[in-house]
Amino acid sequence: MTDAKIRIKNLYKIFGKSPAKMLPLVKEGMTKTELLEKHNHVLGIQNVSLDIPEKRIQVVMGLSGSGKSTLIRHINRLIEPTGGEILIDGEDILAMDDKRLRQLRRTKTAMVFQKFGLLPHRKVKENVAYGLEIQGVEPVKCAERAQYWIERVGLGGYEDHYPGQLSGGMQQRVGLARALATDPEVLLMDEAFSALDPLIRFDMQSILLELQQELHKTIVFITHDLDEALRLGDNIAILRDGAMIQQGDAQEIVLRPADDYIADFTKDINRGKVIQLRSLATPNTGYQGETLSAGTKLEDALPILAQAPEQTIGVTQASGTLIGTVTLRDAISALRS
Amino acid sequence: MEVFEEFPALGRKTLSTMKKVIDEAFKGFSREYGQALEDFFDPLLRFLVWFEKLLLATPWPIILLIVGVLAWLGSRSWKISLGSVLAFVAIGILGMWEDTMATLAIISVSTFLCILLGIPIGIFMARSDRAQSLITPVLDVMQTIPSFVYLIPVVMLLGIGKVPGLIAVCIYAIPPIVRLTNLGIRLVDKEVLEAADAFGASPRQKLIGVQVPLALPNIFAGINQTIMMALSMVVIASMIGVKGLGVPVLRAISNQYLALGLMNGLAIVALAIIFDRVSQSYGKRLQAYRKGHGHD
Repeated sequence: MTDAKIRIKNLYKIFGKSPAKMLPLVKEGMTKTELLEKHNHVLGIQNVSLDIPEKRIQVVMGLSGSGKSTLIRHINRLIEPTGGEILIDGEDILAMDDKRLRQLRRTKTAMVFQKFGLLPHRKVKENVAYGLEIQGVEPVKCAERAQYWIERVGLGGYEDHYPGQLSGGMQQRVGLARALATDPEVLLMDEAFSALDPLIRFDMQSILLELQQELHKTIVFITHDLDEALRLGDNIAILRDGAMIQQGDAQEIVLRPADDYIADFTKDINRGKVIQLRSLATPNTGYQGETLSAGTKLEDALPILAQAPEQTIGVTQASGTLIGTVTLRDAISALRS
Repeated sequence: MEVFEEFPALGRKTLSTMKKVIDEAFKGFSREYGQALEDFFDPLLRFLVWFEKLLLATPWPIILLIVGVLAWLGSRSWKISLGSVLAFVAIGILGMWEDTMATLAIISVSTFLCILLGIPIGIFMARSDRAQSLITPVLDVMQTIPSFVYLIPVVMLLGIGKVPGLIAVCIYAIPPIVRLTNLGIRLVDKEVLEAADAFGASPRQKLIGVQVPLALPNIFAGINQTIMMALSMVVIASMIGVKGLGVPVLRAISNQYLALGLMNGLAIVALAIIFDRVSQSYGKRLQAYRKGHGHD
């Protein structure tokens, strides 16, 4: 993939007293448990390579302790890797000096945190303007841009509140507005919605998707929630014990889980909402009749399928060409996995 | 078994030579550099004298007004403001106005000096664990060593007067502001700092924009403690020639004047209470943002 915005190559992170000494051991195949027992070092990230495409939402999923938050902090170098490479727009961020790195963090990336990370002593408007202020943008312009983003995330009227006076969902809107205010190309979201209750979380996901349709940021989104991953992710990478065990789009993860761990994960989700006709179509050149687009979700296709003649329906790409057909039987068996 | 009955101390002679050597060395140092040190502290002396004269030259109604206004600005409480003014009125009626002004002058100047030195030292300690481990024991010594002990070298170096008094007060009063600045900065939420980092804040921007403002309540508690400790040194400072409320107290001790001692002692207490209430409620107002409106 040449259009990768962020490129992570063979990344390793070992926590402990002398990580560099441990690196060869890990490369030779020492496991996380062994490393901890024998050398008292913690293996955080284990040979992770990931190409993150431009202007898409890349979800990184894993349970707690899987290294996902560690991974995202490597992208803006809040954590230094033990080994490996990270490129943003082809530029090696590990080679940057402090000044260049600050420049990157000020202009190209922005981050949203699980626990919001707001500045408690500053009002909402001052929080949103923080990134701009750090850049040295003049105050009038800061205030203007901050106001715009406060409105965009639906916080109009709360400019003069302190973060402590807002609910969790509202605080994270401030976090989102603060991140967007600097107009970064890359948005790093570390379990950004995990601390919110389900309804608010759903709202925030909607806001993010809505904004993304217009802004086309490269978003790296960390979560432990599969539903969230499937809803937001154009691409999903799954981590376990610091290693990448599968990556692909939602369909692939659900239909072809790489191992039992992922299968276990995907067991309880509503497959009808994830699987698209595209992945079920079997080639059938002679088909003449009703068609649905390849992106149709199974859930929406089922009632139509049930009515269709011979309970079969054609599937077409956006261009209109036929990819194949899907039968009701295929559809139902896909639902059950 | 004679060894166990008496501790095998160094001989009397060795000890007295040792003490003599130290004394002589210090006296030599004092002769050599005493004048230079005095010159060094001269601006401080001038400032202190100027400030004291200013307080004394200002008509008393204006001082009362200033006290009231400052108390109001600090506390936003009319009770505290009125109480402060009434306390000063009582002090004036009981004939302690001049001594109180002198005390006020030295307390203000020494507090100012402690803040000026203490906050940067505290920041330095917060940024380096090594600095913290070196400075902490020094602060412990400064706080626990009997004041009379460090009065000796100070007087030997600078003689009797205002500046040695000021230095003695500062040595005793500076530790809390240093400690609490250090503590306050170290207690700043790591996640907030990480956020500042993620937005590309430079170390300086982090210090001024995040760490110091969030440490301010603690720093203020430190300033409050510093003022209290400075006040408690007033009597001891008067032993080496600092004018003020301590002088009559000292006189009262040596002559057993109960009423005189009590009056001046209570005046010191009144000053302490005013400073404490005003600076505490100011410190509380600084953290108004911490009071949420009770959302989840």
